[in-house]
Amino acid sequence: MSLRDFGPNELMFLIMATRWTILLALIAFAGGGVIGLVVAAFRVAPLPPLRWLAAGYIQFFMGTPILIQLFMAYYGSSLLGFRPDPWAAAAITFSLNGGAFFGEIFRGSIDAVPKGQWEASTALGFRFLPTLRLVILPQAIRLMLPPTVGFMVQIVKTTSVASLIGLTELARAATQVNTVTFQPVLVFGTVSLIYFMLCWPLSLYAGYLERKVGQGLQVKTKKPLLLAS
Amino acid sequence: MQTALQFGPVLIHLDRLLAGVGQTVQLAVLSILCGTIIGTLGAIGRSFGPRWVSWPIAAYVELIRNTPLLIQLYFVFFTLPLIGLKFSSGTAAILALSIHLGAYATEILRAGVQSVPSGQIEAAKSLGLSSYRIIRHVVLVPAVRAVYPALSAQFILQLMGTSIVGAIAAEELTAIANNLVMETFRSFEVYIVIAVIYFVLVQAASLIFAGLGRLLFRWKS
Repeated sequence: MSLRDFGPNELMFLIMATRWTILLALIAFAGGGVIGLVVAAFRVAPLPPLRWLAAGYIQFFMGTPILIQLFMAYYGSSLLGFRPDPWAAAAITFSLNGGAFFGEIFRGSIDAVPKGQWEASTALGFRFLPTLRLVILPQAIRLMLPPTVGFMVQIVKTTSVASLIGLTELARAATQVNTVTFQPVLVFGTVSLIYFMLCWPLSLYAGYLERKVGQGLQVKTKKPLLLAS
Repeated sequence: MQTALQFGPVLIHLDRLLAGVGQTVQLAVLSILCGTIIGTLGAIGRSFGPRWVSWPIAAYVELIRNTPLLIQLYFVFFTLPLIGLKFSSGTAAILALSIHLGAYATEILRAGVQSVPSGQIEAAKSLGLSSYRIIRHVVLVPAVRAVYPALSAQFILQLMGTSIVGAIAAEELTAIANNLVMETFRSFEVYIVIAVIYFVLVQAASLIFAGLGRLLFRWKS
């Protein structure tokens, strides 16, 4: 009853589709990282309206499903007079969405830097941005590394949702192959394995970094690290 | 070109939207219940079980946490009929969502179990409590309290995760939204309304979980 069997061609098709998953994940990571830095800076800014703006941004992107955000970007673009394009919609949505999560991760690490560091910088005459850039971020970066790598796993997995607006990445390639071969165990098993091989090393690395940071802090402060992620 | 937003054609379908909310909440609640049960058993097995129990659980957790929910959904939906189990897409969705949450709940609860000092378990043993009572009162309750914030955050992610089960033709809010788009051609308005509904649902859920946490863990630690 199937049109074709799952053979080397189908496997190759899936592997070739994986590059779009990787590309989309890289775009989301780069875009989300940059936006996340801005959001985190707004979140700890001295001006309350900036903090509220960033908080609202985070609330929206963390409080609605990414699929809905994706649909809004996809169909909203035609409202602005553009032609709906899955790649543009996915790149924008994943960057904005990643920005909210990265913003929260970065802010958490910034908050973990002792308040005295801010006060000392202010006493030395540093303004807000130089303090953040030269004093706070270099200390916070150690703490933000493990959850950042951990969130990269999340990004790779979430790119699969882009298949639902018609972007042909790994998940969509899988459904296409499944439709012609109807060997779901083989098809989705293979695809799971590909995703697993992309994500697992990142997960292990995130866990390793987490233990390293935890140990480093324990030696210094004799207090276990509590990181909300 | 007419680009004004018109919410009227969307809002007259309020009854269908509310039915969708009901289905989404049902999916979320059922899968959270099943997933938590899986997670509790998984965390106990992973922490106290012999190797032939704890290793397969570890493999299950790693496999699920490193693959997308969408693929798990497809796998359950397309594979189960092959072994003779015919489910509706709604049941398949609940099954996949439960298996998904179960892995995350196992990992979260295991961290909670590890946070219980081993001295407390030894003390309970020396007092002659049965293993069931030790796990139930000495381990699980403090463990759940320790990780309750992480657990409720995961539940809220689960609520939003139900939005993709429309991919296997299960009925819920997002699937209804997609139908409304096809009927009204007011795509952007439909998704704005749906986003607002999800936002309210998520805020309500976090309030409920916060209240539940205060109710369940009233005593001082």
